[in-house]
Amino acid sequence: MPIVIKHLSFTYSANTPYEKKALKNINLEINEGDFLGIIGHTGSGKSTFIQHINGLIKPQQGEVEIFDLKLTPAKKPKVNLRDLRSKVGMVFQYPEYQLFADTVEKDVAFGPKNLGLSAEEVAKRVKTAIEMVGLDYEAVKDRAPFELSGGQKRRVAIAGIIAMQPKVLILDEPTAGLDPYGKEQILNLIKYLKTHCSPTIIVISHDIDEITRFANRIVVFNDAQIAYDEPMQQLFKHSRQLQKMGLDIPRAVKVVNNLRARGVDLGDDIVTAEDLLKAIIARYNEKHSAQIDEGACVFDMYDFSQKWLTSEEREELGLIPKSEEVPKAQSKTRKPNKKTKPRKTKDEEGKE
Amino acid sequence: MRDISFGQYYPVKSFVHNIDARIKIFVTLLYMVSVFFIVSYTTFVCMFALLMIIIAISHVPYRIVFRSIRGLIFLLIFTAIINIFFTSSGNVLLPIKIGKLVINITDQGINFAIKMALRFSMLVLGSSILTFTTTPTELTDALEVILKPLTYIKIPVHDLAIIMSIALRFIPGLMDETDKIMMAQKARGANIDSGNFFKKIKAMLPVLIPLFVSAFRRADELADALDARCYNASGKRTKMKVFKLKATDLVAFFAFVAIVVLIFLDKYLIGAMVTPPDLGGFEVQGLDIFVYRLIMIITG
Repeated sequence: MPIVIKHLSFTYSANTPYEKKALKNINLEINEGDFLGIIGHTGSGKSTFIQHINGLIKPQQGEVEIFDLKLTPAKKPKVNLRDLRSKVGMVFQYPEYQLFADTVEKDVAFGPKNLGLSAEEVAKRVKTAIEMVGLDYEAVKDRAPFELSGGQKRRVAIAGIIAMQPKVLILDEPTAGLDPYGKEQILNLIKYLKTHCSPTIIVISHDIDEITRFANRIVVFNDAQIAYDEPMQQLFKHSRQLQKMGLDIPRAVKVVNNLRARGVDLGDDIVTAEDLLKAIIARYNEKHSAQIDEGACVFDMYDFSQKWLTSEEREELGLIPKSEEVPKAQSKTRKPNKKTKPRKTKDEEGKE
Repeated sequence: MRDISFGQYYPVKSFVHNIDARIKIFVTLLYMVSVFFIVSYTTFVCMFALLMIIIAISHVPYRIVFRSIRGLIFLLIFTAIINIFFTSSGNVLLPIKIGKLVINITDQGINFAIKMALRFSMLVLGSSILTFTTTPTELTDALEVILKPLTYIKIPVHDLAIIMSIALRFIPGLMDETDKIMMAQKARGANIDSGNFFKKIKAMLPVLIPLFVSAFRRADELADALDARCYNASGKRTKMKVFKLKATDLVAFFAFVAIVVLIFLDKYLIGAMVTPPDLGGFEVQGLDIFVYRLIMIITG
């Protein structure tokens, strides 16, 4: 149990007219290996909460236990914050705004240097971190961070945290302000970091479609309290309550809910576009089993059009047994959702 | 950092908050000048009582208003000491000899020192009532109106006002930004709070550089935004919030003017009408003469 939070409360500007309760009696346990998503409105307390985990805010009430370190409101014993920050890495919103050094290498080295590591160890970690975020170390190390592109800057900033090799990595809105391509890359990076760097990852995001793609557990903050703490598949049973809080639900869940309202029940555990696609195909095949031989038809959830799959795509989805002749590498690079999931802004509700 | 609200504005509703900002600025200026004309302790007491009443109706807690003098205690003590040592008139209470140099501490010196300290603290208290009850935006708007006549001698008042309001508008944002960058660097293990002076300055670099970068970026964006809307500083434009005098504003104004008149009467008229008692070099002024006589009568 790496992180245990008990009865945590926090108030900004107490006893003034600006007083604001940011956290009210928060209890949470975060397990090793969790891929935790945190959602909630602006001002719901989620930022204040994650700042506690990194020791950036001293608890006013309650306690935060991280590995063997205990943060309490008491002045003594003093917690070794450096030790804490080497274990918990924190990537703030728009992390590229914190870059300051004249070269990328120096900037990434800032964190590990502060940990008091030896020069060789620092250099080694910097190199691994820069490579881990997918940048070319030799090409980028002597460049000024300010002359890189937006997405590159963000990766350098993330590398600066990874270089400290934290066991827990917290990211606040990691994809904010990026274009769809940049978003995709950062999301893939986060998935990669989960297996190669920090086994426990906490992500705050506004984009529910994004968070459902990797989180295995979601905590919902509402009005300074935890409203829900559920495994990802179960959270959207509370769709209506979430929407009442003004939170968005995944588009796939919306489709499922609308279909249910029209008498088609696809089940409860559909959250992502891929889940939905599989469920719809399965349902379709139940009804139109005769057509499978000719090629399966896919119901496109974004614009209600029907599409015929190629035999390769059907293979990929497991609708027909894989043929041996197809080279493995080729079938691996092809993603099942490539053709069937165009990113359209149109919602199915608008079509009703 | 986050706990400090920008400026001093204290957001509550009160009669004082509601008074027209122009009147408030004007009255405060008048008050600041007239404080230096207060000569008698009696008037000081009356003025202090008046300040307390104004603070009470402004709904700003006393402890917050008095906090504004706290930073000036050193200055107060310093001026008081200077006054005590460099006033030579009056009856000598304590002569101090340092080698050939003789410094006399006189009753008149102490008298001056106390009055000066009183004036200073009342100056600060009074002007902080203005900043506690008026938002920075109101202040700049009102200043622009008050300084309007200066445009006739080619002083770009409107430009200055816009510069001031933009500066004010950006301070909270930059403070937030500083806070965020500081947190981000702390999360990277930066040690900002400890070490000696030079170490601290060096440790601030990772905060200051991104802060400057972001300040310039914001300035650029704002300039573009102004340009995109064809902003032209010399153009004639109307105000979104037009100041309108209310009856209560005028009442407050004239009440205050009356008090100022009393202060001047105290200084010039009473001194001319009544002869002050002769106490060596120690001067008794204004209404204090009456108080002195009253005490004399009571004690016989």
